[in-house]
Amino acid sequence: MPRKPLPVFLERSSYRKRRVMDALKLLALFGFILWMIPTLWPDGSDPDAAPVSMSHALFYVFGVWFVLIVLSAAFVSRQSGPKEKAGESDAGP
Amino acid sequence: MTSLNVLIAVCLAYVALLFFIAFVAERAGVQGKGGWLLRSPLVYTLSLSIYCTAWTFYGAVGNAARSGLEYVTIYLGPSLVILGWWWILRRLVRIGRSHKVTSIADLISSRFGKSNALAIVVTLMAVVTVTPYIALQLQSVTLSLSIFSAAEQGATPDTIDNDAAAFWIACGLALFTVLFGTRNLNVNERHHGVVIAVAAEAIVKLVALLAVGIFVVWGIAGGLPETLARIDASDLGTWQTSGSRWATLTFLAATAFLCLPRMFQVMVVENADEKHLRIASWAFPLYLMLMSLFVVPIAVIGLEEMPAGSNPDLFVLSLPLSQGREGLAMFSFIGGFSSATSMVIVATLALSTMVSNHVVMPVFLHLRQGGASQSGDVREVVILSRRMSILAIIGFGYIYYQVSGGSGALASIGLISFAGVAQFLPSMLGGIFWRGATRLGALWGLGVGFMLWVFTMLLPSFGAGAVLSAEVFEHGLLGLGMLRPQAMFGIEGMDPIVHAVFWSLLINTLTFAAVSLATFPSPLERLQGAQFVNVFDHSAQTQGWNASVAESEDLMIMAQRILGAQEARSLFSDQARAQGLSGHLPEPTPDFLQLLERELSGSVGAATAHAMISQIVGGSAVSVQDLMAVADESAQMLEYSSQLEAKSKELSQTAAKLQAANTKLMQLSAQKDAFLSQISHELRTPMTSIRAFSEILRDTEGMRPMEKAKYANIIHSEAIRLTRLLDDLLDLSVLENGQVTLNHQTGNLGELLDQAIASAQAGASNPIPIHRRRLNERLLLETDLDRLCQVFINLITNAQKYCAAEDPELHIDVTEKDGAVWVDFIDNGAGIPAEAREMMFEKFSRIGAQDSNGAGLGLAICREIMARLGGDVSYLADAQGTGFRVVLSHSRAVAAQ
Repeated sequence: MPRKPLPVFLERSSYRKRRVMDALKLLALFGFILWMIPTLWPDGSDPDAAPVSMSHALFYVFGVWFVLIVLSAAFVSRQSGPKEKAGESDAGP
Repeated sequence: MTSLNVLIAVCLAYVALLFFIAFVAERAGVQGKGGWLLRSPLVYTLSLSIYCTAWTFYGAVGNAARSGLEYVTIYLGPSLVILGWWWILRRLVRIGRSHKVTSIADLISSRFGKSNALAIVVTLMAVVTVTPYIALQLQSVTLSLSIFSAAEQGATPDTIDNDAAAFWIACGLALFTVLFGTRNLNVNERHHGVVIAVAAEAIVKLVALLAVGIFVVWGIAGGLPETLARIDASDLGTWQTSGSRWATLTFLAATAFLCLPRMFQVMVVENADEKHLRIASWAFPLYLMLMSLFVVPIAVIGLEEMPAGSNPDLFVLSLPLSQGREGLAMFSFIGGFSSATSMVIVATLALSTMVSNHVVMPVFLHLRQGGASQSGDVREVVILSRRMSILAIIGFGYIYYQVSGGSGALASIGLISFAGVAQFLPSMLGGIFWRGATRLGALWGLGVGFMLWVFTMLLPSFGAGAVLSAEVFEHGLLGLGMLRPQAMFGIEGMDPIVHAVFWSLLINTLTFAAVSLATFPSPLERLQGAQFVNVFDHSAQTQGWNASVAESEDLMIMAQRILGAQEARSLFSDQARAQGLSGHLPEPTPDFLQLLERELSGSVGAATAHAMISQIVGGSAVSVQDLMAVADESAQMLEYSSQLEAKSKELSQTAAKLQAANTKLMQLSAQKDAFLSQISHELRTPMTSIRAFSEILRDTEGMRPMEKAKYANIIHSEAIRLTRLLDDLLDLSVLENGQVTLNHQTGNLGELLDQAIASAQAGASNPIPIHRRRLNERLLLETDLDRLCQVFINLITNAQKYCAAEDPELHIDVTEKDGAVWVDFIDNGAGIPAEAREMMFEKFSRIGAQDSNGAGLGLAICREIMARLGGDVSYLADAQGTGFRVVLSHSRAVAAQ
C-alpha cells in the first residue's frame, strides 16, 4: 500500500517527538559503549596497573544502569505523549 | 530448626496458591473480565522476568563469589536489547503479530518459505539446548532442598534422596504445565493462567532476593558504607574480569534473550500490545538491576561468614539459615523455587508447542492419509501430542540431570545453553533484516553453527575423557591440529567460552551469508522475505476479517472438529447472544471471525487456523501457497490450450493445403479429359480435311490444276499443323523428362528480343505495336539463347493473338534487380481471370474459348524451359493488363560493358 507522503516540515511538537525518538534509538548504543568501558580496565594480569576497586566498579556499572533506566523512562513518557498520531512513529523526518 | 516437612508443606501451599491464582486468571480470561490486569504492561514486564531463572537466583551469587562482577553481564545484555527495543524487538513483535507466529521455529520457518524442514531443525536444536537448562532448574531446587535437610540433620547433607526429590519436582512441574499450558489449547490467545502465575512468581523472587540482600547489607554487615568497605577488603575487592569475557558474555546474554524459546514465547507470542514494549523498555532493566543489586554483597559476606568449602551457589539460603533467620531462608527458598518453576513451565510450554506443531502433528497428519481435510475431532490429538511433548521434555530434563549427576557449577550449564540458542541469531536477524537470506543459507548456517557448538562447547563440558577423549583435546579430531575443541584452527589461549561463542557464531554467520548469496530462493521465500523485512510497510496492525459471505454453519462445523462440539456450540451461542440474535448462529462479523480464529489457533497452529477460516470465508485472504498452486495450474492450462490452438491451426492449414491440392487435382483431371477430347479433336480436324481433300484428289477426274494445287496446299498446311502439334508435344515431353541438352551461348538481350519479335511477327497480318526501352536491354546473357528466344516468341505471339484491346500494344520492360534480370511483357488486354491463373501454366490449358488453334502447350513449354535455364516465368497479377515476367537469374546475366 502506498504510504501518504510525509510533510517535509513538521510542527514543533511532532518535531520534538521525532527527536526524542532518535534519542531513544541512540540510548542502547550509548549504554553499550558505556558498559564496554570496563573492558579497558586492568584485569589484574598486569601487576603494575593500579586495580579498579570493586566498589567503584559497582558504582559505575549500576550508575550507568540507573541513568539508562531514567533516561529511557523519560524519553518513553515524552514520546508517547497525549497527542500521539498513528503511523507517526514509523518513519524518520 | 525448620523441619523439612514444614518446608515441603510451605512449598505445597505456595504451589496451591499458584494454582489458585492461575485458575482465577484463567476463569477471568474466559469470562472476559480483568482484562486491564491481564493486558497491562506491568504483567508483560513481569512475565519477561522468566529470564531470571534459578540460575540467576542462586547461581549469580555463586558466580560473583568465583569471578567477581562478571555475573552482571548476564543482565547487561538483555538490558541493552530491551533498551534498544526500537531496533529489533519492535520488528520481531510486529512480525510475530501480523504473521501469527507461535514460536521461534515458526518464525524462522515461515520467513524461509514455511519450510517444515527448517522448523524441525530449529525445534530439535531448541530441545537439545534447553534440556540441560531444565535439568539445571531441577538441580538447583534439589540442591536448595538439601541445604535445609543438612541443617536439619546436622552434618550429612545427603540424607534426603536427591533423585527422589528431583523426580517429584519434575512431576509437579509437569502437572502444572499440563494443567495450565494445555487447558484451552490456545497458544496465540495467551495463557492467562500461566502468565499471571509467572508474573506473581516474578514478584516473589524479586522480593525474596531483595529481602535477603537487605538483611545481608543492613542486618549482617551493618550498613552500606561498611558493606562497601568489606567488599573492597575481600578477595573480590578489585576488578578481575577479562575484557574478552566481559564483552562476549554481554553479547551472549543479549543474543539468548532474543533467541531463547521461552523468551520468544513471553516477549512475542504472549505480547498483547506493541505499546507494552515502551513500558518494558525501562521497567525490565529496572527489574534486572534490582535482581542483581545485592549479589556482590551477598557473595562477599557469604564468603566471609560461611565456613570454607560451602557452596557459594547456595549462599542466598545458607546465609540467613546460618544466622538463624529461618523465615527469611524459607522465603528465599520460595523465591528460588519460583524462579525454577516459572522457567520450567514457560520453557516447556514453548518447546512443547514447537514439538507438537512442527514435529508431532505433521507426522500424525502425514500418517493419517487425507490430513486435516478429513472430518473428525483433531482436538484430542493436538492436546495429547502437546501433553506428551511436555512430559517428554521434562522427562529429558530429568534424565539429563540424572546422567550429569547433578554436578558442575550452575553457571556453566546456563552459558552452554545460551550459546546453543545463540545459533538461531544469524538466521533470525538475517531473516527479518535481509531479503536476500535464503532457506538453504539458514539451514546450513544453523547446521554448521550447531555442530560447532556441540564440538567446542557441549561435548567438552562433560570433561576430557567423557565423550571426547583427552587425545582429541590434545591433538584435535582425527588427529587434525586444526580441530581441537578448545583451540580451533590452532589459535590457542582463548577463554573456552569466548572461543566457542566466537567460532560457532562467526562460522554460522559466514555460512548463512555465503550460502544465501549463492542460492536462489523459491517464490514463496521471496514473498515471505519481502513481507518480513518490510513488515512496517505491509502491516497496519493485525489484519481484520472482512467476511460477509462466510457461512456461519460451515464455521460451526469446522469449529466443532477442533474445539469440540460442546465448546464450539457454547462459543457460537454466546456470540449470537452478544450480537443480540435469538438463534444459535452468530453473524460472521469481522470481530467474531477474529475471535474464532484465535480460538482455533491454539489447536492447529495460528497459520493453519488462519488458512482454515480463510477457506470458508473465501476471497478475502488466500494463502500464498494456494495462490501459487492456482497460478501453477492456470499456467499449465494456458500452455496446454496454446498448444492445442497451435495444433488446430496447423491442422486447419494442412486441411486448407489438402483442399487446394484436391482442387488442383480435380482441375487437372478435368483438364486431362478436356485435353483428350481436345487432342482427338485437334488431330481429327486436320486428319479429316487431309483425308477428305486427298480423297477428292484421288477420286475426282478432270480437275483443273488450280484446284489441285489448292487442295494439295490445304493438305500440306494441315500436315504442317499436325506436325507442329506433335513437335510441341514431343518438345514438352523432352523438357519435362529433363532430357533436353542446353546449348549455352553468349548474346545481347536486346538482339535476342529483336530476333524474337521478328520471328513472332513474321507473316502476321496485323502485327502488334511493341514499346521497348533499348537502353535497359544492353545486357549480355550467357544462356541457351535459342530456348530463351522460344519463350520470348511464345509470349509475344500470345499477346499478339489474345490481346482483346481495340488498339493492342505490348510493352517490354527490362529491369535489373538484386542481380536478377526481369523481362516483363505487358499488353493492354483484359488480364487473366483469377481462377484461370492457377492453371494457365499447365499443359493443354486454354483460357476461355478464345483459343481456337493453339494446343494449350505454349506456356507450359515456356515454364519448363525457364525452369531448365534456372529462371522463372510468372503471371504479373498487378500489371495493367495481361503481363508476364521472365526472370533470369544472375549467373545467366552478365553486364554488357
